[in-house]
Amino acid sequence: MPRRRAAEPRHERPELIESSRMSETLTAQTLLITGHQGDEVEAYLAHPSGDGTRGGVVVIHHMPGYDRATKEIVRRFAELGYDAIAPNLYWREAPGAAPDDAAATARAKGGVPDERLIGDVGGAAAYLRSRPTSNGKVGVIGYCSGGRQAVLAACNLDLDAAVDCYGAFVVGTPPEGFPLQVTNLVDQLPNLRAPLLGLFGREDSYPSPEQVAELDEILTANHKPHEFHSYDDAGHAFFSVDRPSYRVAAANDGWERIRVFYTTHLGG
Amino acid sequence: MCTYATVKTTIEGSAKGPESSWFHVTDGTIYFDHPVHAMAEHTLNIDFADPARGPSARVAVELTAASARQLVAAIQAALDSAPAELTT
Repeated sequence: MPRRRAAEPRHERPELIESSRMSETLTAQTLLITGHQGDEVEAYLAHPSGDGTRGGVVVIHHMPGYDRATKEIVRRFAELGYDAIAPNLYWREAPGAAPDDAAATARAKGGVPDERLIGDVGGAAAYLRSRPTSNGKVGVIGYCSGGRQAVLAACNLDLDAAVDCYGAFVVGTPPEGFPLQVTNLVDQLPNLRAPLLGLFGREDSYPSPEQVAELDEILTANHKPHEFHSYDDAGHAFFSVDRPSYRVAAANDGWERIRVFYTTHLGG
Repeated sequence: MCTYATVKTTIEGSAKGPESSWFHVTDGTIYFDHPVHAMAEHTLNIDFADPARGPSARVAVELTAASARQLVAAIQAALDSAPAELTT
């Protein structure tokens, strides 16, 4: 049996320890930003300490809303070294409400109009670029319905990178006859302005593997830089740590793909 | 997946909701999508709400598809068991 080695004395190098601690210090807060048509919109911001410049990330929450899990994602991007922000897309329908109540209210009222989503994400990106720590580059990431909205934003706004996490109806035909209206983005894909990282589960039905392949083909035909990864043993929402759909292997690899992708496109 | 499917209906009745108080409900929203709390990837969700009282005036249930179908049958059975003149 190997003998456990006695703990080695720490090398006390105050300047390095201080530097390390500073890089791990985060600040998170709720604030109001200017969104679509000049509206004030609630948003959750997290950023590392320090004065160095860095990229920004706009996080688009999933259909269940601007919830604790979304805020955890925002803080994780700050931990990765970005200024990150998530606008509350349901703020207008339900200011100050609990996230689940706000999501229910927004759903009952027909969901988030695409034009408003573009305005709110544009406002969040502008806010990030206005910060003194900005290097001018901003990426977007969205989950679930937010995956489609991330692509939508990247087709209509000047963004530097986009990540679509299992967004349904980027291609494909949405259900008809329901109050919650959504259209696919096929006619907008030729306008995609940012490289796209797509992360999907092979067991997902919306988007199905066939729809992911169709999106891949359309982007290739339009010479749009993109990188897709589809995971076995994963369906929809495999990043959601608080849901039965969570798949640790897919989520861990997905986070690593995101880290590398954003380092490439938002660094410097 | 996000189904985006949402069916709305007007309703007339009461529900016992936040802070154990009863309130009048006017709207029902029914959808099959991600739950907030139930340990299933998708559930049949029903919101009994009074939008006039704000977003928190809501009683929500999240049911597995099988139990939602059982509920539909149970509701129908209960209605059928009552005298017709009381349920029209």
